[in-house]
Amino acid sequence: MRNFNALNLAREALRGHKGWGQQWRNPEPKKSYDVIIVGAGGHGLGTAYYLAKEHGIKNIAVLEKGWLGGGNTGRNTTIIRSNYLYDESAGLYNHAVKLWETLSQELNYNVMFSQRGVMMLAHNVHDVQSAQRHIHANRLNGVDNEWLTPQQAKDYCPPLNISRDARYPVMGAALQRRGGVARHDAVAWGYARQASAMGVDIIQNCEVTGINRAPGGEVTGVETTKGTIGAKQVGVVAAGHTSVLMEMAGVQMPLESYPLQALVSEPVKPVFPCVVMSNAVHAYISQSDKGELVIGAGTDSYLSYSQTGSMHILQHTLDAIVELYPMFNRMKMLRTWGGIVDVTPDRSPILSKTPVKGLYVNCGWGTGGFKATPGSANVFAHTIARDEPHKINAGFNLDRFRNGRLIDEAAAAAVAH
Amino acid sequence: MLLIHCPYCKQDRPELEFANAGESHIIRPKDMSDMSNAEFEKMFFIRDNPKGVSLERWRHIHGCGRFFNALRHTVSDKFLKVYKAGEPRPSESEIAELMK
Repeated sequence: MRNFNALNLAREALRGHKGWGQQWRNPEPKKSYDVIIVGAGGHGLGTAYYLAKEHGIKNIAVLEKGWLGGGNTGRNTTIIRSNYLYDESAGLYNHAVKLWETLSQELNYNVMFSQRGVMMLAHNVHDVQSAQRHIHANRLNGVDNEWLTPQQAKDYCPPLNISRDARYPVMGAALQRRGGVARHDAVAWGYARQASAMGVDIIQNCEVTGINRAPGGEVTGVETTKGTIGAKQVGVVAAGHTSVLMEMAGVQMPLESYPLQALVSEPVKPVFPCVVMSNAVHAYISQSDKGELVIGAGTDSYLSYSQTGSMHILQHTLDAIVELYPMFNRMKMLRTWGGIVDVTPDRSPILSKTPVKGLYVNCGWGTGGFKATPGSANVFAHTIARDEPHKINAGFNLDRFRNGRLIDEAAAAAVAH
Repeated sequence: MLLIHCPYCKQDRPELEFANAGESHIIRPKDMSDMSNAEFEKMFFIRDNPKGVSLERWRHIHGCGRFFNALRHTVSDKFLKVYKAGEPRPSESEIAELMK
């Protein structure tokens, strides 16, 4: 692997960029590994990277049934923020934001993290109270978040319609200036490239079909479409398919999988300077560096693994977008797609040991896992390497559904996020 | 958009008239204070979440307003069967037959 730097860039520019070579190896699986990570999305590749870099475990395979970064890592709307209500969430998501801030340097790969600010709109008295409660809780936890009047919101984001007779009048907004967006594919590629360089085997087109256990119950490896692979520890980081995989080890999960949709418009010149979310009308929007408006919609109301979603969900989102930003009412939408998100009862993730020795699970990110990628991967690697959770993810265990210590972001925000 | 057959109205109606109401045939206890934490977790939080046939409740909320049960495949989203609330859970062999 060659480093990206000015000297190498200049050298390659002079010879037509022919010398960069492969960014990661494409190996066949070995007979066994110390650790197997199931799922080569951002969280899984990041876990392998931090295991190799911070915990000295390098005999790792990351197994992926499709292609690297082809699941929700490549399907989300790339929003990054950490202004969650509860202490545990603030700790986890803020850990991620801190890692995001230096990730491009750390990986020697430009993840294009742009802290353009994430603004969350309030449309009614309840929204205003809820946003202000979040702001106060965030400040106590050292998370930046501030209140904007409608005019201040409009100054920050000029396309916003703050007319008082709008269908969804803007009564104010909460702004996290450190929030923003990043290039989602680059996150997967950057982690893959560095992990591979440290000896991690990333094996694509290799679906896990079973989890093998010894008579004593502990994990001994996995069955895959490329044969049996042994491992002392297995970390499942499989988003929407987590229930299916955990069932193979006899662990039933408190998860439901739903299709979540997003869409992009035709590309236009820069018009939209920040990220704006509206929980009440369920529309998220930002503009990519290519110029497309990136719009996040809601989930379907029923379980599905179809990786698509219903038309009326998109229509509902676009209704709200056009009302909030009248200047977009003639924009053409270019592409829509869906991903399968795994949702927990309290809408907080699970990063945990499991009742099966040697089996770990990182799941339940619901509709908002991308923002946590580096933080999640970092503490999950710690959980696997030490066989105990990091203090940041200690509260995000599986036991909380038994002992009742939920981290109830669902009630705090009244929507999945 | 799905077309869903309401077993009470006996009509195919668009999905927008319905609300999904989660997994079906979950028996709620008569006395919750008798339950262990593990039993409560199983009843309240643990879900089948199958990649395959889902046994689920729907409510014809913008129609007759009544709850009914359905079998639906979660990859194709195709409904295999709808039946009225209170009717027994279809057997595994019946589900296998419907899958053909």
